[in-house]
Amino acid sequence: MTKKAVARRKQNVPPKELLQDLFTTAYKIRNFESEGIKLYRQGLIRGYFHPYLGEEGIATGACAALEDRDYIASTHRGHGHCIARGASIDGMVAELLQKRTGYCKGYGGSMHIADITQNNLGANGIVGAGTPLGVGAALANQVRGSDAVTITFTTDGATNNGTFLEALNLAAIWDLNFILIIENNQYAVSTTIEESTREPDLYKRGLAIGVDSVQIDGNDSLLVYQTVSDAVEKCRAGKGPVLIEAKTFRHSGHHVNDPGKYMPEERLAYYKARDPVDRARENLITMGGMSAEEVRKIEEAIEKEFADAVEAAKNAGEITVEEFREFVSEY
Amino acid sequence: MSDREIMYRDALREALHEEMTRNPEVFVIGEGIAERGGSYKVTEGLLAEFGAKRVRDTPISEASMIGVGVGAAIAGARPVVEILYIDFAMLGMDQIVNQAAKFRLMTGGEGRVPFVLRTQGGTGGGVAAQHSQSLEALFYHIPGLRVVMPSTPYDAKGLLKYALRQPDPVMFLEHKHLYMTKGHVPDGEIIVEFGKADIKREGTDVTLIAWSNMIPRTLEAAEALAAEGISAEVLDPRTLVPLDREAVLKSVAKTNRCVIVQEAVRRGGVGSDIASIIQEEAFYDLDAPVTVLGGMNTPIPFNLALEQASVPQKENIVEVVKRVLHADLVA
Ligand SMILES: Cc1ncc(C[n+]2csc(CCOP(=O)(O)OP(=O)(O)O)c2C)c(N)n1
Ligand SMILES: [Mg+2]
Repeated sequence: MTKKAVARRKQNVPPKELLQDLFTTAYKIRNFESEGIKLYRQGLIRGYFHPYLGEEGIATGACAALEDRDYIASTHRGHGHCIARGASIDGMVAELLQKRTGYCKGYGGSMHIADITQNNLGANGIVGAGTPLGVGAALANQVRGSDAVTITFTTDGATNNGTFLEALNLAAIWDLNFILIIENNQYAVSTTIEESTREPDLYKRGLAIGVDSVQIDGNDSLLVYQTVSDAVEKCRAGKGPVLIEAKTFRHSGHHVNDPGKYMPEERLAYYKARDPVDRARENLITMGGMSAEEVRKIEEAIEKEFADAVEAAKNAGEITVEEFREFVSEY
Repeated sequence: MSDREIMYRDALREALHEEMTRNPEVFVIGEGIAERGGSYKVTEGLLAEFGAKRVRDTPISEASMIGVGVGAAIAGARPVVEILYIDFAMLGMDQIVNQAAKFRLMTGGEGRVPFVLRTQGGTGGGVAAQHSQSLEALFYHIPGLRVVMPSTPYDAKGLLKYALRQPDPVMFLEHKHLYMTKGHVPDGEIIVEFGKADIKREGTDVTLIAWSNMIPRTLEAAEALAAEGISAEVLDPRTLVPLDREAVLKSVAKTNRCVIVQEAVRRGGVGSDIASIIQEEAFYDLDAPVTVLGGMNTPIPFNLALEQASVPQKENIVEVVKRVLHADLVA
């Protein structure tokens, strides 16, 4: 991914290349999640699988605003961040299928998936844990004199964990290049954000500790891209951190085995009408001038990439118990 | 020159100073450690030498201080996080247990966490139940962590320097009573690798295994025993993880008797585990049951006499050793 963020943003009409980037990433995530669920149903994937369906706009827009030297930390719903950061579908599918060719050699799985070489601190099975980790990466970069920015993707549920405030406050008093993005999908499993806090506008918490904070539509990948680009620029100019609350909604239950019956039909319909993948496609066609046929070609390539990855993963081996014993022999 | 004697806290400071000079990625954070130099003066002078970027005070945010350290380590830096009391490290257990200890495995070995948490524990000074604990067993229990407990200035310096060069998360557990103790530390570079026990006193009748502040106490007991004609060997594992099993078994093979002295509560302690290793692997070397002399199973009381009764004293060690040797019957 080439990112010429600042130059692009100065133009009124976003360049086709950017729109294509955004759509491609969003569709990759959409396809990964919907096809992944099928593999899960076939019994090829074990454990937890938290789909990012409906939330693709956030990871897509945010990661497009980053450079290679930047860092991200993710959540338990982390496939999208990993893909948007540029991980290979091969390595990800293999990981979910617990193969040795997976990013974590099958040791991590869905909730710990990461391509470390892309400065991804990983998905995380502990709600909220990525915030201090991300602040730590930002601190490391400040200490070493790098202008790299770290984004932690966090969740509405994590905002009621103490480290949300602690870690953001540390980033603030140390002026770190840190962007905290709250993916406010308005639910923590079945608990609504309104049940969890008296003030459901979560960005206001940043204001209380002197952090630049905004609330945006997380289903608009272009807007996310622009907002995060601004935040990145601010950070690199020494004016970080920034808190971004991106509002969104899941298209499915909390995880693959949660039917999500508690999610009101009308609300779901409202958000499905504002589907982030559809909107990215629409942008590419209307603003980018790409034909529907060309768009379909992109989709087909993404679908094939996934199918090939599944075939490759099926044929790959697994780490042996002997290798495992050797790996942890000094624990 | 070569018989230079310095205090434990000075030895720790030298280690930090030398490693910070050697590696610009080493930095320290903690409460009151910068201008004030830390409660135990370990970091005194580092701010002036290395600047505010690499020596910084934090708010009272233990969970996130630890989390930030872990994140910085994942991002490749060499953070040293000072937590005032080991009791306060409990606020950061998620980051230690679920993040730092797991990351290498979860990433299939791709990610490492060269994180050093320096803290201090133990009784002494009437600081009561929430400031006196010996909690090494909690960390010992968690695969993926290194547990280091230096008893002398020499070991403190050599082990801390090694900690800052090796790749795994280290719980560097100092003792509040040891900071002002003096010992031999030669000028120049010293490194003490993990997993190498040290015989603090040679003997033939019984092996006494102890660590941290129980070492000076056990050495006093050995001295008293010598006056009664009992030759005790005192073995300091120095690191509990990794544990130098070979040295333990070798010493027990020589003396055929073993008493393990630990300040931590008796129940579920590291001593029990070492005892089980000895009985499994050296049962036929033994002339007497392996005995663990641990602290009482109690929170540490404020009252001085009760505090002292809570943890092994020199007299208790002497008494238990005599019992193991049946010397009490002979007399
Ligand atoms: C510290 C912690 N507590 C509880 C859980 C169990 N858990 C997993 S996901 C989840 C809900 C999370 O909701 P939210 O943080 O809003 O993220 P979302 O799933 O909506 O993306 C819970 C309670 C956990 N993983 N970690
Ligand atoms: Mg949520």
